[in-house]
Amino acid sequence: MTELNKLTIADALDGLQKGDFSSEELTNAHINAVEKEELNSFIVKTPEIALNQAQESDKRRKEGKVGKMEGIPVGVKDLFCTKGVKSTSCSHILDGFTPTYESTVSSNLFSQGAVMLGKTNMDEFAMGSGNLTSYYGEVKNPWSRKDDDTTLVPGGSSGGSAAAVSANLCMGALGSDTGGSIRQPAAFCGNVGVKPTYGRCSRWGMIAFASSLDQAGVFTRSVKDAAIMLESICGHDEKDSTSAPMETPDFSKAVGGNIKGLKIGIPKEYHQDGMSSEIEKLWEDGKNMLKDAGAKIVDISLPHTKYALPTYYIIAPAEASANLSRYDGVRYGLRVFEKGMSLDDMYEATRSAGFGDEVKRRIMIGTYVLSAGYYDAYYKKAQKIRTLITQDFENAYKECDVILTPTTPTAAFAAGEKMDPVSMYLNDVFTVPASLAGLPGISVPTGLNSEGLPLGLQLIGKSFDEETVFKVGGALEKAAGFKGL
Amino acid sequence: MSLTEKEVRKIAKLSRIKLKDDEIGHFQTELSNILDWIEQLQEVDTDDVPPMSSVVDMQSPIRTDKVTDGGYRDDVLTNAPENQYGCFVVPKVVE
Repeated sequence: MTELNKLTIADALDGLQKGDFSSEELTNAHINAVEKEELNSFIVKTPEIALNQAQESDKRRKEGKVGKMEGIPVGVKDLFCTKGVKSTSCSHILDGFTPTYESTVSSNLFSQGAVMLGKTNMDEFAMGSGNLTSYYGEVKNPWSRKDDDTTLVPGGSSGGSAAAVSANLCMGALGSDTGGSIRQPAAFCGNVGVKPTYGRCSRWGMIAFASSLDQAGVFTRSVKDAAIMLESICGHDEKDSTSAPMETPDFSKAVGGNIKGLKIGIPKEYHQDGMSSEIEKLWEDGKNMLKDAGAKIVDISLPHTKYALPTYYIIAPAEASANLSRYDGVRYGLRVFEKGMSLDDMYEATRSAGFGDEVKRRIMIGTYVLSAGYYDAYYKKAQKIRTLITQDFENAYKECDVILTPTTPTAAFAAGEKMDPVSMYLNDVFTVPASLAGLPGISVPTGLNSEGLPLGLQLIGKSFDEETVFKVGGALEKAAGFKGL
Repeated sequence: MSLTEKEVRKIAKLSRIKLKDDEIGHFQTELSNILDWIEQLQEVDTDDVPPMSSVVDMQSPIRTDKVTDGGYRDDVLTNAPENQYGCFVVPKVVE
């Protein structure tokens, strides 16, 4: 028998159903793997909770009560509040914060029978593209270059979740995506990452970064698994007024569906100057795979693509500066206070010690673009361009059903190779436009570069049309035959 | 768009983030570079374009105005750095 922790979720569900193994056995195999991990992908390990949940799951299964994720061990990104388990968004300023409530998304996942192995590492407050800004240290990508053991980043911000899934430490993991924080690390680590349409998942209990963009999603090792896991976290929630009052379709039924006649849009603006020939080839191969499966390739245009990143870097920091104003050393987390300090002194000292440099930069950029005299020139301008970017997609979908692009402009890099903020931001050039428009996206691993590192292709769907994304994602996965670790 | 040292100090103050004197220069360069890069948005004609604050195209949900939840004083206080008599403790603000 294959090692239990190398199974897909679909196969594990099958094995559990047949009685080949119990959730307790499956969970123990993962607890051992997490215990020995050297990637720094888990910052809080919860083996007792996992074992307890697994035993409960085995009991339920005997009674015939089987959820969609019944008995499956998963990792939970540290920005989801988990009742009684430290949740800090990997920031020093939330030191020791232990929620007394459970986020809707993790609660939904546990209601469907999932087992929590622990909390995964991430960029501080989800601000980063390399998992380099976490207060708990860097995460190591389980992949490395051929004949070169340089440590590579797993991508970010959900770097711990991505690395843990690829290294077979958990069968799936929760992530969150604001501008690419699921899709980019999935591409860097060679697994499947999905961000659903904005509004599919409740944001209640997710530590906020940029509220008009933040959306929960999942990492898994197959497209089918991603559909199963995503189905179990979506759904309307009265506690989030932006959560859509809609039924969640059976995403997993879409995987494996015929894509004959579907129109795949190729946006010409995603051919960037200086894009590597490897990425061009990956994209070309992807087009051919889908063409061979019966889809039609259509050239489309998204004319405002080049403005998406700078637009994002106004809107996201603006929202972050407002969201992060709650960290004041009064109600939770870190407090820095010395005798004689005023209230303002305490705020400033606490926030200065508690936030890392990237978070400080973004708070300050956000404060600046919202400040008197600059609001119209920056923030309002960005909101208007966001309208144009969204309209670009609406126009494109008159001609196609789904859009195919590379997920990232490069493969995983080493810490230190891209250190200035702007070149780090460019990692998300292909993922940010869909985020601004609130559209669903998936990254599917489809090949390796010349150094042996995984590369991914992204599919962007129409609003609330995850089913087509999963259908085409499944076809892409089947044709590519990518082999994980 | 280059920020002056004075502007950086002002933004830091508005953000309630204390910067040490030797940090100012570093943030001044980085923030200026980011703002320079953002400047390209000015070339887009947006005169007749409405601003977009959310992708969710729906009315905010409305419900009856009645208490549906609450009574968690102890839960709310449990993560506070300092609390006393059921309240958060802060430095004295009124003399």
